[in-house]
Amino acid sequence: MPGSHPLLPNLDDEIVSMMLERIGARSIDELFSDIPENVRLNRGLRIPPGQPESTVRRDLSSRLATGRTPPSSLCFLGGGVWPHYIPAVVESIVSRQEFYTSYTPYQPEISQGMLQGLFEYQSLMSDLLGMEACNSSMYDWASAAAEAARMAVRVTGRRKFLVAENIAPHTLEVIRSYVEPLNLELESVPFDHSTGRVDVDRALSLIDQDVAGIYLENPNYLGVLEEEIGEVVEEIHRKKGLAVVGVDPVSMSLLRAPGDFGVDIVVGEGQPLGIPMNYGGPHLGIFAVRDLKLARSMPGRLIGATTTKDSSKRAFSMVLQTREQHIRRESATSNICTNQSLMAIAASAYLALLGKSGFRKLGEVIISNSHYAVKRLAKIKGLSVPAYGGSFFKEFVVGYPRGTNATSVYRKLAKIGFLAGYPLDAKFGAGQAGLYCVTEVHTAEDIESLAEAIEEVL
Amino acid sequence: MPPKFRQARWDEPLLKEMSRRGRVGFLPPLDPKIGKSVRDPGRFVPDSLKTKGLKLPELSELQVLRHFNRLSQMNFSVELGMYPLGSCTMKYNPKVSEMISSADGLRQAHPLQPEETVQGLLSIFYELSETLSEVTGMNRFSLSTAAGAQGEFAGVLMIRKFLRDAGFSDKDEILVPDSAHGSNPASAVMAGFKVVKVPSDESGLVRAKTVERLVTRRTAGMMFTVPNTLGLFESEVAEVCRAVHEGGGLMYYDGANMNALLGKARPGDMGFDVVHLNLHKTFATPHGGGGPGAGPVGVVKKLRDYLPVPVVSRNSRGYYLDSKLPHSIGRLKGHVGNSAVLVRAYAYTQLLGAEGLNNVSTLAVLAANYLWKLLDPGAYPVTHGKDLRRKHEAVVSAKGELPGTAMKVAKAILDYGMHSPTVYFPLIVNEALMIEPTESEPVEVLEEYASAMNEIALRVRDGSLGDVPTNTSVGKIDEVKASHPTTLKVKW
Repeated sequence: MPGSHPLLPNLDDEIVSMMLERIGARSIDELFSDIPENVRLNRGLRIPPGQPESTVRRDLSSRLATGRTPPSSLCFLGGGVWPHYIPAVVESIVSRQEFYTSYTPYQPEISQGMLQGLFEYQSLMSDLLGMEACNSSMYDWASAAAEAARMAVRVTGRRKFLVAENIAPHTLEVIRSYVEPLNLELESVPFDHSTGRVDVDRALSLIDQDVAGIYLENPNYLGVLEEEIGEVVEEIHRKKGLAVVGVDPVSMSLLRAPGDFGVDIVVGEGQPLGIPMNYGGPHLGIFAVRDLKLARSMPGRLIGATTTKDSSKRAFSMVLQTREQHIRRESATSNICTNQSLMAIAASAYLALLGKSGFRKLGEVIISNSHYAVKRLAKIKGLSVPAYGGSFFKEFVVGYPRGTNATSVYRKLAKIGFLAGYPLDAKFGAGQAGLYCVTEVHTAEDIESLAEAIEEVL
Repeated sequence: MPPKFRQARWDEPLLKEMSRRGRVGFLPPLDPKIGKSVRDPGRFVPDSLKTKGLKLPELSELQVLRHFNRLSQMNFSVELGMYPLGSCTMKYNPKVSEMISSADGLRQAHPLQPEETVQGLLSIFYELSETLSEVTGMNRFSLSTAAGAQGEFAGVLMIRKFLRDAGFSDKDEILVPDSAHGSNPASAVMAGFKVVKVPSDESGLVRAKTVERLVTRRTAGMMFTVPNTLGLFESEVAEVCRAVHEGGGLMYYDGANMNALLGKARPGDMGFDVVHLNLHKTFATPHGGGGPGAGPVGVVKKLRDYLPVPVVSRNSRGYYLDSKLPHSIGRLKGHVGNSAVLVRAYAYTQLLGAEGLNNVSTLAVLAANYLWKLLDPGAYPVTHGKDLRRKHEAVVSAKGELPGTAMKVAKAILDYGMHSPTVYFPLIVNEALMIEPTESEPVEVLEEYASAMNEIALRVRDGSLGDVPTNTSVGKIDEVKASHPTTLKVKW
């Protein structure tokens, strides 16, 4: 074993011989002699040799630099991941190695920082959503929604689950994959193609005694606000099922909390709260429930406040672990263990930083910018903006003129520096159309240049 | 050896307790041009949906920063000291990976942007998939799964779908050894299987004979961790695979302990059909205080079209995300994968290369055996496979000559400025202490750790240990009170 390596402090003949001697082994090979000959790899791995740090950095950084992303492109894409500004303080906090190089706080006495941070996240998120308890994170929105569907089935013992047709297609796919083994009947609740909202009459008629729960999103995938959540919640409660709602937490700056409507489980994507888009992850799956009784059936880690044994000091630790896989094994509420804790710290720092007035302002800026954009884009001849008539927050659908191909608009826009107009699935009935997102990162000038770019490629 | 550690001890209030009306830490700007054009934005929200007011704290920028910086000082981490949590592989996470992954080309990349605009990023994913396939002997990888447990779930879903497609829908049992991680049986149940427990023998190993006896026509497969959670290589792994295959089942490799085997042996050569890896363990990405991780899944050829989507592929036009695998179990995560974790993991494989990865496992195994040998064998006996070499970790029992418990030892070691081993796992060891030092720790630190544990044993014996821990931010926590929470949030 020749040489030395910065990551391998004991890669040194003298150290290795000393250690082997103490162990009572003649050679390294002897340490691995318990691996039977027939399963040993008797050749080197066929991957390139190791590179110095400087080379690796140069190679990967230059490859990443070829990406057409902000700031060299403008991003108007949404669909469950959105461009938002990340305050420098949030970046600074999640770059603390004490947070990011630790692990699950199994020994609470030496991990109070993470525990308090996660407890504060649970509190801030619960309050934002009007819920009683929020876990310390799931992988992302889609998997949280899927776990919520499974939880509704577990809690009610019923085998039918309703899903609004206007939720994000990728979320529907994840729900399908997660519930497939349950032999569940997944039924779709249609939406009104003129407003973009869930067809409440149809929803109410579909809710019966066999329904474990219903899932809808607000704002939904089309960007439209669901104005009649209350009626759906009332009906599902009358039939003793669970109401599950998916949210963009930033919309809570202006919208009534789902808890106010009596929603049982709230899921959502915490990415806009100070977390980079990161080409899909890591993000932050939100999972909150209405009361402590439901909390006992929920997946994921929960942090609680307690005291030291001598009662002298407030302290935090993981609680209700008997729901979890490491204790309950095959009877656990979920298999989740590693989650997205660091992202929960980011979200809690973000919410604390903006606070009551900053967060309210954020919502006002976003809804102003998105409406300004709609007004501007509506001036382009042939476009239908917004394609659905319902109120919207930061996303909206743009319908293109007859003969336009939405995918080609999306690709052409990207070529000239605009990541925008994700092509809308045909099932949404808007014809050739694209999904756009405008947030606080966009200026009037950005919107003007987007409008000109669309005119150029149409 | 006098303890040389005092953790910071801030009596840090909760955010809400520091709140003062009118303060703000960040105020998003409104473009004046837009402000002039769009008046009264509140009118865009329908009355039925208008907020009833926000419950958020009000703090300045510095207050928020100080609060979290103080909290961070009350959190132990790999960069502060040894963190040998067994089964978690708490190795050093190279700083250069943090620098690389801070690029705008990653951070600001949107998962729905056209593939032609992120070719560099996709090339990294593609090469990472190839590397993982070579390291494990698998045919193809999907990088989409967000953590080990999600990888497990994907794995058993693939087994289920493959068998159903082959007409074996009556195969509804998964074998899981008694030494397995809890997530294994939990994942199997989530995928609709019944769990059949495989007892290990007195040395903690799974015998092929036992498996042969348990395999029936209902056996869909087996989830197997190699080396197992005792840190022992399963010497009959090939025979176990054969027995399950003969019964028409598939073999699932739990890669939690792959850090022992890089360049030494590959699950594919042992007979496994499906593999998951924990990139945050073996491939050195930071654990984030509990996450994020990444748990890619790899499969043999016959299962390659069953992988969760998307899978990164390449054609004449370049790299792309393939979401149309004909037999895929579908999507398990909304978007692509934990991309920023994947980039870090690939940087790690580049830093080490073929020989370096092999050295990683050599030195991880050397460290585990060395540390074990330094421990007082009377205080910390092994209960299984006394004559066997350890692989990446060693599990000892605190129930030797000591009157103490594993938890007592775990709390005591915190006072030395080192994290405890994993306690009470695996379940087949009474008062288990599971120690995984990893290849990152210099030999001097391994010796320090062993001395601390031995000193604790002496202090337990002579009754001088007292109430531990005392040097951490808070003393021993009231677990009974904690287990009966009346609230999971701050009350306003």
